[in-house]
Amino acid sequence: MSRLKTLVRNQAGVQPLRGGHALCQGCGIPLVVRTVLSTIEQPVVVVNASGCLEVATTRYPTTAWNVPWIHVAFENAAAVASGIESAQRALARRHGLPAGEVAIVVFAGDGGTYDIGLQALSGAMERGHRFLFVCYDNEAYMNTGVQRSGATPYGASTTTSPSGSESFGKAQKRKDMTAIVVGHHVPYVAQAVATHWHDLSCKVSAAVAADGPSFLNVLTDCPVGWGHEPRLMPHVLNAAVESLYWPLYEVVDGRYALSYEPEHPIPIEDWLRLQARFAHLLQPDARPVLDRIQAQIEADWNDLLGRCSA
Amino acid sequence: MKELLTGGEAVAHAMRQIDPDVVPVYPITPQTPIIQGFAKFVADGRAHAELVDVESEHSAMSAAIGSALAGARTITATSSQGLALMAEVVYIAASMRAPIVMAVGNRALSGPVNIHCDHSDSMLIRDSGVVQLFAENAQESYDFMVAATRIAEDPKVMLPVLVCLDGFTITHAAEPVELLADEEVRHFVGDYDLPHPILDVREPASHGLFAMPDHYFELRRQQAAALDYVQLVLAETASALEVLTGRRLSAVEEYRLDDADRVIVALGATAGTVKDTVDELRLEGENVGLLRICSFRPFPSVEVAAALAGVETVIVLDRADSPGGTPPLHAELAACLYGSRCALRGHVYGLGGRDLHSEDVREIFAFDQGAYFGVRGDECPA
Repeated sequence: MSRLKTLVRNQAGVQPLRGGHALCQGCGIPLVVRTVLSTIEQPVVVVNASGCLEVATTRYPTTAWNVPWIHVAFENAAAVASGIESAQRALARRHGLPAGEVAIVVFAGDGGTYDIGLQALSGAMERGHRFLFVCYDNEAYMNTGVQRSGATPYGASTTTSPSGSESFGKAQKRKDMTAIVVGHHVPYVAQAVATHWHDLSCKVSAAVAADGPSFLNVLTDCPVGWGHEPRLMPHVLNAAVESLYWPLYEVVDGRYALSYEPEHPIPIEDWLRLQARFAHLLQPDARPVLDRIQAQIEADWNDLLGRCSA
Repeated sequence: MKELLTGGEAVAHAMRQIDPDVVPVYPITPQTPIIQGFAKFVADGRAHAELVDVESEHSAMSAAIGSALAGARTITATSSQGLALMAEVVYIAASMRAPIVMAVGNRALSGPVNIHCDHSDSMLIRDSGVVQLFAENAQESYDFMVAATRIAEDPKVMLPVLVCLDGFTITHAAEPVELLADEEVRHFVGDYDLPHPILDVREPASHGLFAMPDHYFELRRQQAAALDYVQLVLAETASALEVLTGRRLSAVEEYRLDDADRVIVALGATAGTVKDTVDELRLEGENVGLLRICSFRPFPSVEVAAALAGVETVIVLDRADSPGGTPPLHAELAACLYGSRCALRGHVYGLGGRDLHSEDVREIFAFDQGAYFGVRGDECPA
């Protein structure tokens, strides 16, 4: 079980991701990265897909990384990790280097996971390479200026799914990426959120201990794309969980288990209201859209409860 | 001792003897005999690589970058659409200075879809910064694979090296091939020694950073300089390999150029047909010759210009087109021969696997054939 003390102890040495990077105020990505890397006690190698984290931490000739770090392109982080993991196994087998000594962790945004990165991720999961893939899911292509992705929720206004007189924002439901990975029969899959650090940290420990590929889908914010004050990041992310929009659960060897059940779930409006990307949904004429969202969340929650009790 | 092997099998044997650590690969005709042959060697315990059966060529090259930079010797192979799909990552492999060896069974690009030989696939990544060596036959494909490993890993090079062999004409045609002893190859390629491997957690390094206008240009310039350096390393490697094989690899091959007034310039297996025809024509008293380009990247401009000094007519055969522009080999020759007094003509031939026979070569030596040789009918009506 991870404790805050453990995380602090791990960070007391050399921080894996140092300060001085260029990520925005109120961005949850560094929180995710630090929670993940501080939890892992063995040496790590980080593979990064193109995106905010990559460009904001490695502007040549500087780097914010104190662990081995590699970026190749947008869509292939899982394939790059496959290569590193295969190299590790080959070197262990052929040259007597200790196997599994180094944990391989991929960080990719929702674009590099749900959309353009899906094929490489699927292939790597099917082949069974042992690495942890962490999706920092901020629900759109934030690095390029808030374009919609397969992770953008129904009704969100983005620069490529803008709201307007003929549009209520994104007209499609988001993909259930976590379920897609579960369909690959990998040993450990979980959904987490940047601000529930203890839950996230426990999941990281379980993921790294799994004998095979593991996947964490971690919701995090984007103050620019979501449209909230940077200081409200914890509040906005926690509301996503309390409204049942983003359930926290894990799937161990195919068995679902809820990690957290809000005692008094809040209505979805209480989450939407915090973000400018949903402002148009709070107009009186958008009530039917809002009702649809609320009904969908309840249906999805009940479906998840069903899977957890199966 | 010589064995009867197809080019694909010869490359698979070279891979077995090099015995790389990781082989990420995706099947595509006509590269398939290479990976099938190698997979069987692994299955039989005759090679020891981690064979990674990736889900696309894009991932093959991506995984190859990961493993090569992690500290593992890495080889892959592809063809045609596969090379087109991985093109993005081929550029990045060169920029990350990943010493990957890749065999390319050259084949036409879609569309229409076609599985037979031409060089369009290699030309698509002409400017990616990788080394491109074109073999004439199965033996040279084998020799180049062995040499490529050393060239790629030379500390001043550190670039992907592509060994290009004509699809079917070389990949699937059996010829007598002389293999080196396994120990000779192992000793020749030596250990894989990479500076700053990713798996070295004691001295963490960042690979693949984001470079803005203040640094990008310098990084690209360094990459180009590394490619230029290959000419020297190729010559050194060829000399070292010649001691073992008795065969000499080179950036260009001059075939009967003495007092030649007409010279064909070509890449790949077509050179074999041209050589036979040159021999026949020489017997008939015609002063013809062949200049075969073995290293297309880096392009040996100085050697080519020197070899063609005094030649009256240079005839370039391109097995790839550049619609709306000058075909790639022709463009290289035009640059090399700028200011010389020779006549230069070029013909695109053999697209999509159309054969070039000896009588065709005679015609080409005899008359100007226009932009396209061996194509039927009129230009496509509007």
